[in-house]
Amino acid sequence: MAYDKFNILKSTAVPLPLENVDTDQIIPARFLKATERKGFGDNLFRDWRYNVDNTPKESFVLNNPIYSGKILVGGKNFGSGSSREHAAWAVYDYGFRCVVSSFFADIFRNNCLNVGVLPVQVSAEFSEKIFSAIYDNSNTEIEVNLEKQTITILSTGEQDTFDINSYKKDNMLNGFDDIDYLQSMKGEIETFANDLML
Amino acid sequence: MSNTLFDKVWDSHVVRKIEGGPDVFFIDRHFIHEVTSPVAFLGLKSRGLKVLYPERTFATADHNTPTLNQHLPVEDPLSANQLKALEDNSNEYGISHWGLGHQKNGIVHVVGPENGITFPGATIVCGDSHTSTHGAFGAIAFGIGTSEVEMVLSTQCIMQPKPKKMRINVNGQLGKGVTPKDVALYIISKLSTSGATGYFVEYAGDVFENMTMEGRMTVCNLSIEMGARGGMIAPDETTFTYLKDKPLSLKGAEWDKAVAHWKTLKTDAGATFDKELNFSASDIEPMITYGTNPGMGMGISNNIPNAEAVEGGVATYKKSLEYMGYSENDSMIGKKIDYVFLGSCTNGRIEDFRAFASIVKGKKKADNVTAWLVPGSHEVEALIKEEGILDIIHEAGFTLRQPGCSACLAMNDDKIPAGKYAVSTSNRNFEGRQGPGSRTLLASPLVAAAAAVTGVVTDPRELL
Repeated sequence: MAYDKFNILKSTAVPLPLENVDTDQIIPARFLKATERKGFGDNLFRDWRYNVDNTPKESFVLNNPIYSGKILVGGKNFGSGSSREHAAWAVYDYGFRCVVSSFFADIFRNNCLNVGVLPVQVSAEFSEKIFSAIYDNSNTEIEVNLEKQTITILSTGEQDTFDINSYKKDNMLNGFDDIDYLQSMKGEIETFANDLML
Repeated sequence: MSNTLFDKVWDSHVVRKIEGGPDVFFIDRHFIHEVTSPVAFLGLKSRGLKVLYPERTFATADHNTPTLNQHLPVEDPLSANQLKALEDNSNEYGISHWGLGHQKNGIVHVVGPENGITFPGATIVCGDSHTSTHGAFGAIAFGIGTSEVEMVLSTQCIMQPKPKKMRINVNGQLGKGVTPKDVALYIISKLSTSGATGYFVEYAGDVFENMTMEGRMTVCNLSIEMGARGGMIAPDETTFTYLKDKPLSLKGAEWDKAVAHWKTLKTDAGATFDKELNFSASDIEPMITYGTNPGMGMGISNNIPNAEAVEGGVATYKKSLEYMGYSENDSMIGKKIDYVFLGSCTNGRIEDFRAFASIVKGKKKADNVTAWLVPGSHEVEALIKEEGILDIIHEAGFTLRQPGCSACLAMNDDKIPAGKYAVSTSNRNFEGRQGPGSRTLLASPLVAAAAAVTGVVTDPRELL
């Protein structure tokens, strides 16, 4: 489904400096029973966020009122594990539009791009700088500029660049998705399929 | 020009290359299940699109199905609703559907190969990361998200940048009690869960050449656990023998023609990889995991490493051990076990049940252990009965459940309770993966069987 256009995002950020955050933590399997894309944000990080009796775990960052924003900053190898796009939906539905990490798992990164969440991969050093800046002052704003492919800590001016292929970049800037593109070349696909052996 | 197996299959499926972007990649076979497909069908409906090639998509219910009393209505209304959505969508769009109760129903990555839907040189996707299983046949197979499921349904293509190439060679003789699962867990423990991210892996060397198709499927299945999108093994006589006369395999002259082509699907001498790794079979022991990702594994006779000895963050590592209730330097041997799970797309095939039976034969299930033995399909279930394995496990005090993903991801009622320890033949030991608060030790069917009869983590070589 098409999503909002993404250009420049300026926001405070939520720090989650754990490594190997897998998609079972982002959204546990028992919350995958819906047949519509609704309400997944409520169960984002469910078992880290809530006790068994559904009371919030105060120690978890999403329950800490001093941290908020549209940017989630995770540790290395963010989004490993299951291919469930529900993880990217949960991140989006909760209100994040960008996830920053020094390393992303492949499928999660793809899923984010397909649902309008920008995965920004930065160097390990820059990732540390962001965490420090947020812990120094939770009101620190981060600016992500998709057009220029830059991410900046506004309080210090420190900046890093990130990669994104030009096709996906155009899609996000314009709010297009892959199905729009694929539909436009259906004739070519059908010709290709007719020539296949099996 | 020298090409890799991966290049040969990939390049022959590129419909269009986008400058500075992904390839438009054609998909030969598409599997769908009840959990990751409903929203894709909603997308089709909202755009008014049809399924372009319904004959290339195959539906089976597995993730969210009960493993007892499958003849009764599914009690959980949300689960029942998902199963009905899969059935209704399949019927509406003319897709083959093996729902709950169908004779061919089972775990998607078990029933696909055993029915001959999978074939060498194919491109195969499914909204499930363990789709990499089908790489065992020399196919390019990988997991996709729901948006991509919608793309495949509507155009039979996805947009995919070509991954880098890695070859992992394992040569030599595997020791007693060392199974394909141990080979995979060993490689993952060396590479970590992100060591192959961005790569597609080819497994080569005599260890894989000598493996059965079931063993190759176990290895390729776990490719995603080291971050790789998928892994593949060149097809050979073992592959062709497995596929011949399967219900949906080609027949007669078409089969012969296909085999002639499949024989060309191997990496040419001189072809290069972005990364190449070599391991020796004799270094591999029966493996077990002690932490909360599949990279946290070791030979069963070793002690849990110190945080300082492990690559990566100390805080994350300590949090993981704390969750498991283990300490650095602990031996895993003798650790108490509460549950044993034999099954999943990793180890739910007939060979896995044969291995399990080879240990429990003539012994008794330990009183402190609850064991869930879940075949990957009705066909596996039938073979278990036919080969006398059911009698062996019954005599040892075990029962057999009905096919499905079950406690691997615990979407159904098969949940390991909080704080309990499970030796599991599945693929992920993430926090809460097998139920909120559950603690998972990943291992082979032999290690699972040894734990099931002794009640503690036991080196299976002592019982063989």
